[in-house]
Amino acid sequence: MFRRILKNMGRLACLFVVGLLTFGYLASGLKDERPPAKVDPKVSIVSASSKSSPAIVSVKLENAEGSQDCVEQLDNAFERRWADDLSDVAPPADWTTVCRRLSLAMAGSGMSLEEIRELELLDTDQRVKSHLEKLLRNPRFHDYWGERFTRVFVGTEDGPFITFRRRRFRHWLSDAFAQNRPYDQLVRNLVTAQGLWTDRPEVNFLTVTVGTNEEGQPDPIRLAGRTARAFLGMRIDCLQCHDDFLGNVSLGPSDNLRGGQQTDFHSLAAFYSTARLNGLQGIRQESHPYEYRFLNDDETSTVEPKVPFAPELMPTEGQPRERLAAWLVHPENKQSARAIVNRVWALMFGRPLTDGVDNIPLDAIVHPALDLLASDFVDHGYDLRRLIRIIVASRPFKLASAADFEVTERHEKQWSVFPLTRLRPEQVAGSVIQSARVKTVDRESSLLIQLMKYGSSNDFVSQYGDSGQDEFIQGNVTITQRLVMLNGELVDGHSGNNTVFNAGAHIMMFAKNDEAAIEAAYLCVLNRYPDDEERSAFATKLGEAKNREAVMTDIYWVLLNSSEMTWNH
Amino acid sequence: MNLRNALCSPSAHLSRRNLLTTASGSLFLSPLAKILAAGESTKSGDPSRPLSIILLWLEGGASQFETFDPHPGGKIGGEVRAIATSAGGIEIADTLPQLAEQLHHGSLIRSVTSKEGDHERAVYNIKTGYRPDPTLIHPSIGAIVCHNDDIGSDIPRHVSIMPGNSPARGGYLGAKYDAFKIYDPANPVPDVAKRVDQQRYDERIGDLMNIAEKKFSRRRLINADAQRTLHAATTQRALTMMSSDQLNAFDVMQEFRDVRDGFGDTPFGRGCLAAIRLIEVGVRCVEVTLGGWDSHINNHSLQSAACGSLDPAAASLLRMLAERDLLKTTLVVIGGEFGRTPEFNPAGGRDHWPHGFSMMLAGCGIRKGHVHGATAGDADYDSEKPASGVSDPVTVSDLHATMLKTMGVDFHKQLETPIGRPMFISEGKPIDAVLDHA
Repeated sequence: MFRRILKNMGRLACLFVVGLLTFGYLASGLKDERPPAKVDPKVSIVSASSKSSPAIVSVKLENAEGSQDCVEQLDNAFERRWADDLSDVAPPADWTTVCRRLSLAMAGSGMSLEEIRELELLDTDQRVKSHLEKLLRNPRFHDYWGERFTRVFVGTEDGPFITFRRRRFRHWLSDAFAQNRPYDQLVRNLVTAQGLWTDRPEVNFLTVTVGTNEEGQPDPIRLAGRTARAFLGMRIDCLQCHDDFLGNVSLGPSDNLRGGQQTDFHSLAAFYSTARLNGLQGIRQESHPYEYRFLNDDETSTVEPKVPFAPELMPTEGQPRERLAAWLVHPENKQSARAIVNRVWALMFGRPLTDGVDNIPLDAIVHPALDLLASDFVDHGYDLRRLIRIIVASRPFKLASAADFEVTERHEKQWSVFPLTRLRPEQVAGSVIQSARVKTVDRESSLLIQLMKYGSSNDFVSQYGDSGQDEFIQGNVTITQRLVMLNGELVDGHSGNNTVFNAGAHIMMFAKNDEAAIEAAYLCVLNRYPDDEERSAFATKLGEAKNREAVMTDIYWVLLNSSEMTWNH
Repeated sequence: MNLRNALCSPSAHLSRRNLLTTASGSLFLSPLAKILAAGESTKSGDPSRPLSIILLWLEGGASQFETFDPHPGGKIGGEVRAIATSAGGIEIADTLPQLAEQLHHGSLIRSVTSKEGDHERAVYNIKTGYRPDPTLIHPSIGAIVCHNDDIGSDIPRHVSIMPGNSPARGGYLGAKYDAFKIYDPANPVPDVAKRVDQQRYDERIGDLMNIAEKKFSRRRLINADAQRTLHAATTQRALTMMSSDQLNAFDVMQEFRDVRDGFGDTPFGRGCLAAIRLIEVGVRCVEVTLGGWDSHINNHSLQSAACGSLDPAAASLLRMLAERDLLKTTLVVIGGEFGRTPEFNPAGGRDHWPHGFSMMLAGCGIRKGHVHGATAGDADYDSEKPASGVSDPVTVSDLHATMLKTMGVDFHKQLETPIGRPMFISEGKPIDAVLDHA
C-alpha cells in the first residue's frame, strides 16, 4: 500500500514537472540571434516619458554614399512635376503617421505603444530614421517581406505535394532579406537553381510548376510567364496562345518596337526546358529541346531560347538559364531595374509608381523618379535596403494624406498627397493583434502570444478573404469584411477587458487620468495622438461612466472599426 | 419568418416517401416513380422567381464507378453493383439508392474531361470553367450569376456552405461577389450576431460614425467614403443584413425534425436543406461542399461512406425542390473536380482521373432522364490512351457554358478585367444534348 502511494506520488510529481516545463516553454520567447534594440527599463510604457537619453543607438549605414544626392534628385523630379501640373502639395505628415506607414509596409502591422514611447525619447527629426533602421534589422521585416516576395516568385497556391516546399522557400527569402543579399544575386539564385527543393529552397521557384504540363517536369510556359511578371514587370501571358492583336504588348528593339508575338513568349520559355527533374537529384541541367506547335501550324517546332528584347545584353556563352539570369540582371536592362524598384515602391506606398506593378510596357512613359531610383539601385549593387532608405527619405513618402485644399485623385496620381490605400487582410489582422498589446509582438514575445497571433491571424484572413496574388489591386470593402470587424472574434477578443492580455485593460489600470487613457488608446490602435475634440469626447464618456472598463472596450471597438484603422494614409 | 407554416404537413411527406422508397439494390419501381421517369412534370415554375443555382461539390474527386457511372464486374468495376433508376434505362451505383429515385429530374454527363489532376487546380477549373491563370482570378459561376443582374435577397446572394480551402470567389469581378461563407448550418451564422446589447451597439455605431469617421474624412480625398473606402455604405448594408428576417433562412433547425432527418443528420445534409431555404428567399447561388472522396486507399469504403452522406441529402434536395415548385427555376449540379482511375493501386485505392468523369445536372433548362457520353468498360479500357475510351467527351468549359445558358447568362459575352484584358465569360459550347428544348 505504501509503495502504491509512493508510486502514485511519483507519477503526479512527474506530471507536475512536465506541466511546469511546458508552461515555461510556452511562456518563453524565441531568442533571435541578433541582439534586440535596448529599451530603457526605467521608462514607463503606458504613460508619456520625458526626453531622457535616447533609447536607440545610431547605426553606421552601409552603402550610404551618394544616397542623399539621390534623394535630392528624386525630390526635385517630383517638385518639377508638381510645378508643371500646378499641383497643390500636402504638408508633411506627423512622425507617428510616417512611422505607422513604415511598420505596415515592412512588418505587416501597426506600431506598438512600446515602440512609440521609445521613439518619443528621440529628437523629432530622428524618429523616422531610427524606426526605419530598427525595422530593417528586425526579423518581422525579413519574415513579412519573405512572404510578400514568395507570392511574387511562386504564387499563392500550395503547389505540388511532393516537389514543392513553400515554407522552406519563404524562410530562404526571409534569410536573404536578413542578410541584405543583393537583388541580382537573388535573381540568379532563382533562375539557375539546381538540386533538391528541400535542400536548396530556391529550387522551389522551378518545382512549384511541376505537374501542370503533361510531363511531370517544371513547366517552361508557367516559368516564362512568371519570369516576365516577377523580374521584368511585364505581362506577356497572352502571347502564349497568339500574337498580340490589341496593342498591349510591345517588344523588340528599343528604337523600333513591334507587337509581341507568340514566338517571343515561347523563346523565353525555351530557356527553362533544360531544367529537368531527375529523381532524387532534384532539378538538374539537362539538354532538352523545347518544342511547341504555334497557332495555325500543323507541326511542332523546336524553339531556340531567345530574350524578347535587348538581345545584345545576353552573354553568348554558358548554359541557357545562366545566360537568362545574366540578361535579367544586366546593368543596362532598364526594364528589370524598373520592375523591382516599382515593386518596392508599391510595397512602401501601397501602390506602384506605374499603373500596374507587373504591367510596365517597354515604351511606357514613366515618372522620372522610377528611372532615377532604378539607376541608383543598379549603380549601388542592387541594394534593397539602400533603395528603401531613399524612398523613405523622399518628400512624397513623408507627405500627409490630408490637406487644407480639396484633395482629388489627381493629387494622389501626382504623389502630392500620400495616397489612401486599403490594408491587406494580414495587415488588418496584424494591426488588430498589435493594438491589443502594449509591447511589440515579435519573436521575443512568449510562445503563447505568438501561437495566439498565428492562429487568430489565420482564422481572420480566412474569413476576411485573402487578396491572393493581386497585391496592389484596390477592391471595395465587402459586407463580409465589415461583419468580421463589427462582430467577429478577433476584434471582440482584442478590445475586451482582459487584464492578462489586453492593452485596453492595462491602460485602465495604469493611466494617470482619463485624458492619458484616451491618448494611450489612440496610440495603440491608430498610432497617433487624439486631437482635442476626440480627447474631450471620449474622456468625458470615460469620466461619466459607471463601468469604465466597458467604455474603454467600446472606445477600442470604435477605433478598430474605423476607416483609419483599415486604410493606409 | 417561421417557415414551418409554409411546409407540407409531415404526414403528406411520409406518404410520398413511402411511394417512392425502394429497398437498396432492388429493381422494383413504384408506379408513381415509373410515371415520373417516363413523363414530363406538368407543373410550371413561378415566372417571377429569379433563376438560382445549387452546386453540390464533391470535393476530393468522387469515383465515377462508385457513383454515376458503374461498370460492375470485371477489373475496373470494383465492389459496387448497378441499380435501376427512375430515369428509365439508366443505372447508377448501388451506393446511391435514394438518388436513383430522383434521377428523372435531370441528366447525367459521364464524359467530362479536363487537363487538371491536382486538387487545387482542378477545383479552380471546375468552379470557374477556366484553368488557373497566374495573371488573374476567374470568377466562379455563382459570382457570374450574381454579377449578371441585381435581383435577389437582402442577405448575400452568393453563399458557400462548408467551403473548405477553395470557396467560390468573385475573381476579377470583385470581392463583393465572393461567396458568403458559413459552416455547419446547425451552428449560428458567423459574425452576424451582436456581441453586446442593442443600446450599447447603437452607441458604438454612433461614436464610430460621428467621431471616428468624421475625423478621418476631414481634409482628405474628396468624397472618400463614396468613391474610395465605401466604409459607411458597406457598414450600413452589413447592419441591414444583421437585422434582416431573411437570415432565418440559414436556420435549418426551424424545419420539422423528420424533414431534417430526411436529408441526413450530417453537416452536408443540413447544408442542402439550408440551400433550399436560401433559394426561397432569393439567394442566387449556393454551393455546398462534401469532402471525403479522395480515396487513394480503401476506395470502396471511403466512397461508400461519402455516398452515405450524399445520397439522402441530394435525393431530398431534388425531391423538395420539385415539391416546392422550385426545380424549374433552380439548376442543381452534383459532381467533383475529377474522377478516379479505373485501375486500383496497391493500397486498394483509386487515384485522380480527369479523363472521363461524371456530373449530374438537374432542374432549370436541363433535359430529364438522359445520359450523355460514356466511358470505356473493361474490354475497351487502355491505360496508355486514357482519353480514347471516352465517347462524346465534353470539357469543363462546355459544362460551364451549359450551366450559364440555363441560367440565362450570355456565356459568350466578353468582359473587361481590371487590367484591361478582354475575357469571355466562358470559352466553351453548351452541351446541346442535355438541354431541354421543350
